[in-house]
Amino acid sequence: MSSGGYRESPDGDPKKPVFYSDVGAGPLVRPYAMTGGRTRAMATTLDMISVVVASRREVDWAAVQPESASILKLCRRPISVAELAAHMDIPMTVVKVLLSDLVGKGFVLARAPLPAAENPQLNVLQAVLDGIRRL
Amino acid sequence: MASVDSDIPTTERGLPQALKILVAGGFGAGKTTLVGSVSEITPLSTEEIMTEASLGVDDLKGVEAKTTTTVALDFGRITINPELVLYLFGTPGQQRFWFMWDELATGTLGVVVLADTRRLDTCFSAVDFFERRGIPFVVAVNRFEGAADYTRDEVREALDVGSDVPIVPADARQRDSGKEVLLTLVEHVIRRRSPISTG
Ligand SMILES: Nc1nc2c(ncn2[C@@H]2O[C@H](COP(=O)(O)OP(=O)(O)O)[C@@H](O)[C@H]2O)c(=O)[nH]1
Ligand SMILES: [Mg+2]
Repeated sequence: MSSGGYRESPDGDPKKPVFYSDVGAGPLVRPYAMTGGRTRAMATTLDMISVVVASRREVDWAAVQPESASILKLCRRPISVAELAAHMDIPMTVVKVLLSDLVGKGFVLARAPLPAAENPQLNVLQAVLDGIRRL
Repeated sequence: MASVDSDIPTTERGLPQALKILVAGGFGAGKTTLVGSVSEITPLSTEEIMTEASLGVDDLKGVEAKTTTTVALDFGRITINPELVLYLFGTPGQQRFWFMWDELATGTLGVVVLADTRRLDTCFSAVDFFERRGIPFVVAVNRFEGAADYTRDEVREALDVGSDVPIVPADARQRDSGKEVLLTLVEHVIRRRSPISTG
């Protein structure tokens, strides 16, 4: 995480959606306010099925914002980004930004999905067959 | 999943890895029903905010020309083993969500295209999309009461899919039927990956 400022200034960059600097607007905008307008590069490396877990038991709760605290509580056990978003009822885009911050701080570990499309691993596919049969 | 409270992984290698299968098809084809019948959890719903270029960019002369769309996704989960978790995503079938499909399709193991016998044409765009990207898919024909009873060959012809694409009858409400559809898909993926099958 190289970005120093916690909250990027609304610098009028035309490529940025206007609502990033429009913290006071309607309900759709609220989730972005939670992220302070951050769209860190790291957030895009988190997939909707990346699995995350809190990496430590002791947390200085005063040092994390409420939404991040909710994430830390929900990922005491391994959980996917999509499940986190569903339980918190906030869009995945937002969860990814908050998570990437927590990963950067070392509070959360993230595991990328299995690269299923490129990597033919018959043992994995066989395990999937067995798992489905057991349902 | 596998972990217990006292057992915090020290590196991400200690975490399970996830895979996904998509369930695509027209509105009301039974996607959410299928996900729910095989999932070990009650299907969850989440939203993704997508930014897309809107029309008339030129007219706006540099003024912010992006609009946002919120796309709802349903998904379920099947724990395969302590190292592997499978997620099933029901994907919005409308053509206007193709930008979403691209993100969803990335890294997917395969796709179940649900054909609705009342409106076979509602899955044409899904078939098209996955065929073009070379993503393995099976067609599950979800029968609704009173709808036409198509034979496999009639469905194959209507959808214009190759003879290697499995077409299976399904009842999305039945777990056994959903399992059968998923097994057919994974077997199809295995067949496509083993060199002997190309011939
Ligand atoms: N007869 C019949 N009805 C079904 C079947 N699958 C789903 N339905 C019903 O069709 C409706 C729409 O299903 P849903 O899963 O919400 O469709 P989605 O829009 O593709 O997610 C629901 O009322 C289901 O109960 C099926 O296999 N047979
Ligand atoms: Mg649905």
